[in-house]
Amino acid sequence: MVKLTVNGMARTFEGDEDMPLLWYLRDDLRLTGTRFGCGAGLCGACTVHLEGTAVRSCQTPLKTLQNKKVVTIEGLSPDGTHPLQKAWSTHNVAQCGYCQTGQIMQAASLLARTPNPTDQDIDRTMQGNICRCGTYQRIRAAIKTAAGRRA
Amino acid sequence: MNAHLRQGSGGQAVVNVSRRQFLGGLVSTGAFVLAARVLPDSAWAQTPVGGFKTKADTARLNPSVYLGIEPDGTVFIVTHRSEMGTGIRTSLPLVAADELDADWGRCRIEQGIGDARYGDQNTDGSRSVRDFYDAFRRAGASARSMLISAAAAQWNVPAASCTTRNHEVLHEASGRRLAYGALVPAAAKMPVPKPEQLQFKPKTAWKFVGKDTSIYDLSNIVSGKAQFGLDVFRDGMVHASIEHPPVLGGTVKSLDDKEALAVKGVLQTMPIDPFKPPHLFQPLGGVAVIANNTWAAMQGRKKLKIDWNDGPHAAFESEAFKQQLLATVQKSGKVFRNLGNVDTEFAKGGKTIEATYHTAMAAHASMEPPAAVAEVRDGKATIWCPTQNPQAVQDAVSAVLGIKKEDVVCHVTLLGGGFGRKSKPDYAAEAAVLSKKLGKPVKVVWTREDDIRFDYYHTTAAVYHKAAVDAKGKPTAWLHRSAFPPIASTFAPGAREPLSFELDLGLTDLPYDVPNIRAENGPADAHVRIGWFRAVSNNFHAFAAHSFADEMAHAAGRDSLEYLLDLLGPGKVLDLKAQGVDYSNYGAPYDKYPIDTRRLRRVLQIAGEKAGWGKKKSGNGWGLGIAAHRSFNTYVASVVEVQLDGRGSFKVPRIDQVVDAGVIVNPDRVRSQMEGAAVMAVGLARSAEITAAGGRIKQSNFHDFQVARMTDAPYQVNVHFVDSDAPPTGVGEPGLPPVLAALANAIHAATGTRVRELPLSKTKLA
Repeated sequence: MVKLTVNGMARTFEGDEDMPLLWYLRDDLRLTGTRFGCGAGLCGACTVHLEGTAVRSCQTPLKTLQNKKVVTIEGLSPDGTHPLQKAWSTHNVAQCGYCQTGQIMQAASLLARTPNPTDQDIDRTMQGNICRCGTYQRIRAAIKTAAGRRA
Repeated sequence: MNAHLRQGSGGQAVVNVSRRQFLGGLVSTGAFVLAARVLPDSAWAQTPVGGFKTKADTARLNPSVYLGIEPDGTVFIVTHRSEMGTGIRTSLPLVAADELDADWGRCRIEQGIGDARYGDQNTDGSRSVRDFYDAFRRAGASARSMLISAAAAQWNVPAASCTTRNHEVLHEASGRRLAYGALVPAAAKMPVPKPEQLQFKPKTAWKFVGKDTSIYDLSNIVSGKAQFGLDVFRDGMVHASIEHPPVLGGTVKSLDDKEALAVKGVLQTMPIDPFKPPHLFQPLGGVAVIANNTWAAMQGRKKLKIDWNDGPHAAFESEAFKQQLLATVQKSGKVFRNLGNVDTEFAKGGKTIEATYHTAMAAHASMEPPAAVAEVRDGKATIWCPTQNPQAVQDAVSAVLGIKKEDVVCHVTLLGGGFGRKSKPDYAAEAAVLSKKLGKPVKVVWTREDDIRFDYYHTTAAVYHKAAVDAKGKPTAWLHRSAFPPIASTFAPGAREPLSFELDLGLTDLPYDVPNIRAENGPADAHVRIGWFRAVSNNFHAFAAHSFADEMAHAAGRDSLEYLLDLLGPGKVLDLKAQGVDYSNYGAPYDKYPIDTRRLRRVLQIAGEKAGWGKKKSGNGWGLGIAAHRSFNTYVASVVEVQLDGRGSFKVPRIDQVVDAGVIVNPDRVRSQMEGAAVMAVGLARSAEITAAGGRIKQSNFHDFQVARMTDAPYQVNVHFVDSDAPPTGVGEPGLPPVLAALANAIHAATGTRVRELPLSKTKLA
């Protein structure tokens, strides 16, 4: 049995503890904003925050989450107005939108540590997140806008 | 993602069924015909599929299948095309809302189910705006006209003395005004105007078309609420993961599922019948593992022990196949365009230049892998899936279940990318088969490995070019010849020759002003499923042709841009018919959308200006490359800047894309398509390669099938529009082909190394 907190709510998981967090979030909790992209930690679509740090939920088995705090895109802000979400809207970043929740969660983790990231910081942090639509230049611009708002 | 195939049983008028190969083979196999251009003027009279009505249908005022208005003023606009990232779900409604003079904030967008009353729904071929711009204008203008008539009657004034502004009808002479909502009951009693009676707004009065509008789903996307195919859940639903035959056409020889069944959460296994050729969009066959969650299904699948009968495609080896293709294009092929006589010119013994190009097979790899939910009961099926073509889902599901098309309701979710893959609904057919057998709702989710290994691939190709050149290095004769496993093979078993439309994407329509041109194609066998991928055969045809043009410019010691403009000549409308080409023109009428090389010249000239062409000398690892290409009736010129690091890798600091797509509906979304196409092109050119050994695809996930990431994508893509009143044309695909050639040309400018093979990882770069 695994006890954990997801978006501030206490949860108890009693299934196969080898199951990655991704499928617990999606199939059990129906928090579908966390996306399945590769199942191998290669694309970042499933990115969530574990104790405040971006992790790939497809590579994070439930058994490692005893008493841990998880935040998904649904919990990033109560009303979808995190500075990054606002900046994503300002720059009309999304095309198909599928990867963008993972991108935002990754970027949020970056800004939490590096409030004013350089291009190099952004590249290094975001290169694990694939956007097949190719929205990278707007992602970079949106991160900078969000950083500016914080400053 | 080409447009030109659709199952033609929808009862719509079909134009241009004259393609040789269709009549020769395909029509008989199951009614695949060239895309019809269908505008369902009176289609709302038809019975909706499954009795499923939209809020537009049931709204008090419903002048069009695409639009309805309620007495509270809410406007419902139906998008029947699929949203995979182009913004079409927003753009077509904007066209209707503009003609309606609506308050955008009071418009609600609904996604249409698969239903022939909407006309064609195959969202590919970059033609949603091109083909439905007029229909959505009419929907908006019809409603506006009826609202005006209602107000005029109430005020007892001539309709012509009334105008509209932002959801209200005004009578300026008397200062009276009435809200649209209040007029709805009376307007609903007015006759729907005939199309020829409609008055459209002048361009100066457009309030949405030509201006940036954020996509309708943006806030749901950034908050995680947007619903894609994987996000559909039904009560009592089980989850399926399917082990497909590793070789196309393979079958199960023996199955041991004992260990799979022992996995916690696994409920049972279920074989899926192999397809009967042609494979079309049928399930591939194999064995499904059914479980009570996705993870358990995937884990159970790993424990299956299956022996396969591979069949003849097990002999497919990519390297040997490549050599075969390269040999094919050295030999004469079937002629598809002939102008003058290239042989006479070559026989004169003057200077000739020749080159052969090769491009690898590639996978679509949309971020959302194929997925579908099916609920089959009592001989009826309901499907929820990310599909580019819900009517093809109806066809595929009805065929595999043996039920009527009208008994298949297909709900279209948002698509996590499509790029042509999601026009092929094999995954929906799989879910339907399983749901029927199990008697409960089933969700099929493909893994990334499934997606990479069992795609309808962007085909591999070889292209040969030869030119005789004059003293100034300008060609007097140009022979080019391509060979590639064709899309035709997906529709006709063993097809070795392309459908002619595959050649109309960059081969038969070579735009250059040369007195002698011959275009040929050679046969090639397909050993995997071949499909259409963003820009389709334009990619390799354009890469080769515009690289070759650049090769000729350099051989002549001339500036590439100056040479290209000279090569295009003064510009004109091409008469391909006179050169033996039955040109399919992306399914569009040629008189309205001709190949006009003046427009190619213009995008090239603007690209040169915007990119600062000629201001800095290329060399020492830095360079600019240029190319222009017309595809999907749209003209795009690209200037690519490359910077090499001296160790064989390169960055793309900047790309300028100049677009002439006629009237632009939502400029920001066109810009984003051109940005994204540039990124995808750079990724495709850098490293995208699918290969096979023993008929099995070697790549499996993003570590060995590499797509562009932030660090290797172009840093900045600038998009420039040609201001135009020409009818709107496609924007989803045409941004890709010219970038491939411009990138290769830039690398040559920077290093002196000519790239004749994609991906670039095959070429050693200094």
